[in-house]
Amino acid sequence: MTSMVEISNLRKTFGPIVAVDGVSFTLGKGEVLGFLGPNGAGKSTTMKMITGFLTPTSGSVKVCGHDVQDDALAAKTRIGYLPEGAPAYHDMTPASFLKFIGEMRGQRGDVLKRTIFETVEKVNLQSVLNQPIETLSKGFKRRVGLAQAILHDPEVLVLDEPTDGLDPNQKHEVRTLIRAMAQEKAIILSTHILEEVHAVCSRAMIIAKGKVVSDGTPAELEGQAPTHNSVLVTVSGVEPALAHERFMTVNGVKKVEDHGTDGDLVRMRIYPDEGKWILSAIGQYAREQGWEVQELYQDRGQLDDVFRLLTTQKQALS
Amino acid sequence: MERIRVIFKRELAGYFATPIAAVFIVIFLMLSGAFTFYLGNYFVRGQADLVPFFDFHPWLYLVLIPALAMRLWAEERRSGTIELLLTLPVTMWEAVVGKFLAAWCFTGVALALTFPMWITVNLLGEPDNGVIFASYLGSLLMAGGFLAIGSCISALTKNQVIAFVVSVVICLGFILSGFPLVLDLFSGWAPQLLLSAISSFSFLTHFQSISKGVLDLRDILYFLSLIAFWLFATATVIDMKKAE
Repeated sequence: MTSMVEISNLRKTFGPIVAVDGVSFTLGKGEVLGFLGPNGAGKSTTMKMITGFLTPTSGSVKVCGHDVQDDALAAKTRIGYLPEGAPAYHDMTPASFLKFIGEMRGQRGDVLKRTIFETVEKVNLQSVLNQPIETLSKGFKRRVGLAQAILHDPEVLVLDEPTDGLDPNQKHEVRTLIRAMAQEKAIILSTHILEEVHAVCSRAMIIAKGKVVSDGTPAELEGQAPTHNSVLVTVSGVEPALAHERFMTVNGVKKVEDHGTDGDLVRMRIYPDEGKWILSAIGQYAREQGWEVQELYQDRGQLDDVFRLLTTQKQALS
Repeated sequence: MERIRVIFKRELAGYFATPIAAVFIVIFLMLSGAFTFYLGNYFVRGQADLVPFFDFHPWLYLVLIPALAMRLWAEERRSGTIELLLTLPVTMWEAVVGKFLAAWCFTGVALALTFPMWITVNLLGEPDNGVIFASYLGSLLMAGGFLAIGSCISALTKNQVIAFVVSVVICLGFILSGFPLVLDLFSGWAPQLLLSAISSFSFLTHFQSISKGVLDLRDILYFLSLIAFWLFATATVIDMKKAE
């Protein structure tokens, strides 16, 4: 795996405020990195430094081997960037806007026409090509932004909240598009939507207060959730207190949490000992006892919980 | 260079895609005509020249050019397109110069559309067309100076109203810098050398000497270096204030 983005010890301060505080990572071809973090955590600032818009206070960014500060033009030609809010020149039409971007990126004539045609197909902009951008819906505006970012088929794609404000269908389309491009590129995207990390990212990074607090695959992140691999069970034909007591005796069970009753249904969440799988043991035990199992499933853990845990912990410490 | 051309083209098309072009040109033509004939007593003077026409240009520009320049960078910052523009493979000075040249070219178009004035004066008498040509050139250079100042002020703020008002005041300072209104601010304490430096900055003095038909290289250089200085300041300001 060749590394296409190399970030070392990136730092940005605005006066006394430290926006990004020593972020380092490398990203290879085929990776889709999701930046997660609360508002103001430094996601956008990091992206602005990667794309060369902001000058880092210290540290460096290399894109395909080119330093974004010292060799800015070479780096910028290799990056496609969708800034936050997908800004565009509102008095232009998508057609003229994409033509402008293409010309700025050095494309001309038939090559440019073909590139625009293909890109427009990819993001489904055909129907609004000649309407002023200011009259377009939020979804179309976002797609125009996406189109200009991928127009020159960049090796590195930086997308700041690419699905923000889109309806579920549009979100799905954008994610499909990102997945389709993932093989050939290194992609960094920021998002608030944790399900998006599952949908498109091969790697997730949680940033809080300008620092990386977690970096791993989405599955690894979920593993850090307190509810990871816990078992939710609903049984009937047994007193809640008895069920609670009995489940505690099953091998590998650490804790049983009562989740209330509904008629004669008894709901519980059962936590395993570290690294144990207890789903089948629980099911088997309940049936041996003659209880009717109405519901039984294993919770992989919610990214939301991990997110909250990591970002609020950090804040409490500092 | 190629990228300057692309930016230039987009910007210029932008003026004509919005009502800005129509409003600016119509108002410029109406006011310059009205001033010439009513305030300048064009007919009463009985002279075949365009002196009353050009005499009002500094004052027309004082109001109209900051209005044109205020959106140059303030609008980019407000709408966030500055981030888009500056992350394209383009250098800062290419972006600054491209946008400036488009605005300058646009004022050139407005100025060129006053050609009926030139025709009229040739029909009425036998003016010195060399002087008129020099005056047009001087007027264009002066417009460039106003625009460069406006460009820099526009880069300072997202707010176009503030950009407009501040530009007008600074431009007024440059028009009047040879006059007591400005000089009295300094005469109490500043050394004579500084005073004469300030008064030599006057737009009015340089414009009037060009519009007498004397194309002195120093006057031309004055406007060109003024433009260069303010564009350099624009680039510096944008670089400093990008993060906001």
